[in-house]
Amino acid sequence: MASRLHIPAAPYRPGEQPDFSAISLPRAGELPRPDELAPANTTENLSYSMIRVLDDDHRAVGPWNPGLPADVLRQGLRNMMLTRLYDEHMLRMQRQGKMSFYLKCTGEEAVSVAQCMALDDGDMLFPTYRQQGLLITRGYPLPDMMCQCLSNAGDRLQGRQLPVMYSSDVHKFFTISGNLGTQFSQAVGWAMAAEYRKTGDIAAAWVGEGTTAEADFHYALTFSTVYRAPVILNVVNNQWAISTHQNVAGGDQNPFAARAIGYGIPGLRVDGNDFLAAYAATRWAAQRARTGGGPTLIELYTYRAAAHSTSDDPAKYRPANEWEHWPLGDPIERLKQHLIALGYWSEAKHGQLQAELEEMVGNTWDDAISLGTLNEGPRPPASAMFEHVYKEIPPHLVEQRRQLESAG
Amino acid sequence: MNAVINLQDNERAPRTAPEAAGPPAAASAYRKQEMRTMSMVQALNSAMEVMLEKDPGVVIFGQDVGYFGGVFRCTEGLQQKYGDDRVFDTPIAEGGIVATAIGMGVNGLRPVVEIQFADYIYPAFDQIASELARLRYRSAGQFWSPVTIRTPCGGGIRGGQTHSQTPEALFAHVCGLKTVMPSNPCDAKGLLISAIEDDDPVIFFEPKRLYNGPFDGDPDKPATSWEHHAKGQVPAGHYRAPLGKAEIVQAGDDVTILAYGTMVHVALAASKQSDINAEVIDVRTLMPLDIDTICTSVCRTGRCVIVHEATRHCGYGAELSAQVQEHCFWNLEAPIERVTGWDTPYPHAQEWAYFPGQARVSEALERISGV
Repeated sequence: MASRLHIPAAPYRPGEQPDFSAISLPRAGELPRPDELAPANTTENLSYSMIRVLDDDHRAVGPWNPGLPADVLRQGLRNMMLTRLYDEHMLRMQRQGKMSFYLKCTGEEAVSVAQCMALDDGDMLFPTYRQQGLLITRGYPLPDMMCQCLSNAGDRLQGRQLPVMYSSDVHKFFTISGNLGTQFSQAVGWAMAAEYRKTGDIAAAWVGEGTTAEADFHYALTFSTVYRAPVILNVVNNQWAISTHQNVAGGDQNPFAARAIGYGIPGLRVDGNDFLAAYAATRWAAQRARTGGGPTLIELYTYRAAAHSTSDDPAKYRPANEWEHWPLGDPIERLKQHLIALGYWSEAKHGQLQAELEEMVGNTWDDAISLGTLNEGPRPPASAMFEHVYKEIPPHLVEQRRQLESAG
Repeated sequence: MNAVINLQDNERAPRTAPEAAGPPAAASAYRKQEMRTMSMVQALNSAMEVMLEKDPGVVIFGQDVGYFGGVFRCTEGLQQKYGDDRVFDTPIAEGGIVATAIGMGVNGLRPVVEIQFADYIYPAFDQIASELARLRYRSAGQFWSPVTIRTPCGGGIRGGQTHSQTPEALFAHVCGLKTVMPSNPCDAKGLLISAIEDDDPVIFFEPKRLYNGPFDGDPDKPATSWEHHAKGQVPAGHYRAPLGKAEIVQAGDDVTILAYGTMVHVALAASKQSDINAEVIDVRTLMPLDIDTICTSVCRTGRCVIVHEATRHCGYGAELSAQVQEHCFWNLEAPIERVTGWDTPYPHAQEWAYFPGQARVSEALERISGV
């Protein structure tokens, strides 16, 4: 047979009928849970298979079941619901021209919410732009999130950043870059400093599966394993990098979690739409990091149900109904059914909470927009652009600010 | 080490202390100190040792900097004295070194990293230009990272095109960075301490041809050491040379020569060779730039020659030339001259034809004086 380059393709394109039955899914509860300080290579099967806790009957099963109390489960459900409602509201407002840009995380809410709930408040988060659930879980004020997206007079970032590029030192949520992957390797340094200072905190970082091709991904794995940094490195495999399928990042060759094994790092491949599995894997990795075991790579296998952002139309590159065929379902629906099966929740309560959260988001929006929008103002003052370039404004920027003001 | 290292004071205390800005206090501290003869390598080593001693948040890392003490020996003995959790070797990944430093700086440390040759800094460029330089800005002051990046630069050591570059212009162009290049041991120590203590990121270029002695651009002369050079006398302890302050290293009336790094010594030698009474200014820090000292001189002499080792097109000399023209146009008697490396990669066999040596500087001085 003549050799030929392998040019990976997406499984389905517009007009084709999605069928994911070929995706191999182990039964929930099937995989073993090794000791947190087990040698990295003992996780090899976990990096190729998939950790799942919630079974088809909505029960939590197997050794990875974190055994969470009802109030924690309900809190997780609420955080995921609020994240989705916030996204839906903000997308509508973007469509109405109130914002220049927006980006949803629909279908991936369990990743940020469950993982954040599995971490301690002192742990530092190095997110991408699709982990707004981290901020919501950490209790960052919703009006502040909205004002950031509006670049208005209430924007704590003074209008410097594109919508959704949040930052909160108080909530230990690192300023979002936009350059993909840079935060992955920075998180390792943060974790090394935490270890050096003996503060007991760990770092957690996220990238999408497409970004695993960037050098920073490999810097992070190399430096974290070399120095045994207390860090959790998460790859959110949501199948799509804008229009490029995960196969083009090499996902059809080997799972992303399996990249870890060669570095001497444990790799956990997790059903990312299973709140309990995402929580349990993160707890395992956090425990390992806090007890001197170093880094863990977690692949969260999920599906980006929304567009990449308001700048692309997914109907141009994938079947419009693909998410409906996704074999791992909807993370919110799955946790909801689990709570109902346990007797801790009901359709009526769910509907009531949904209505409360919708109303809260709507009211918050009214407050936020009273501080202005990008188009109509009021916006942060133009002269604010000269601040924070350096700690002190140097003479040449004082002069440039004077020129701007005198030109005004 | 078991105790929590509390760096709260370090994190938020103003690092640009009053004496850094005002020369009197710094100068008096300087005068009181014991002076020692040091090469530039020893002066840099001394600066790092002073900071390791003073600030538990200072950590030093890079390729070969730990056990071995660096390929140019700048960190010699520091790991042995301060421990391998404060001075350590890294994998060969410049981008990873800088990224790690950024994260450490965000978490309260004050990292000093070495990029073994400036020629190898490019894999870190994204982390430097997109991240390090802009953290404070994009987070409106919430996050910042006081990283110092040391890197040997410049030619004259038979380094060819991968061990000779001087890419200062690429960094001086990036807002949010400070860019420094000393020309002697005394400045190198004071500037490096200022860089480490500064809360803004600093790219610190070390002309490697000056590590072990001054070099006036004549490769045929026997090498000299810093021992007999005034600036080879260095305060033994802590002192700062301010960022943003140029130094007039030779007073003169006819032409102002602007230079930094190795070219300061070439400019001095060239001016001695000719009969032109040149004022030589060591720019020292490219950002912040001491434009006042430069323009006061050029307005007085009416003539300006700019000398740097890097390539000419869009080199730092272009910025100097533009600013001198803006501020001194009505006092200029002649077009501003630039003497630089040619716009080619740094060649191996033709190194001295590439290097902007005394002859080329002298020619420029003659040319500009005749106008």
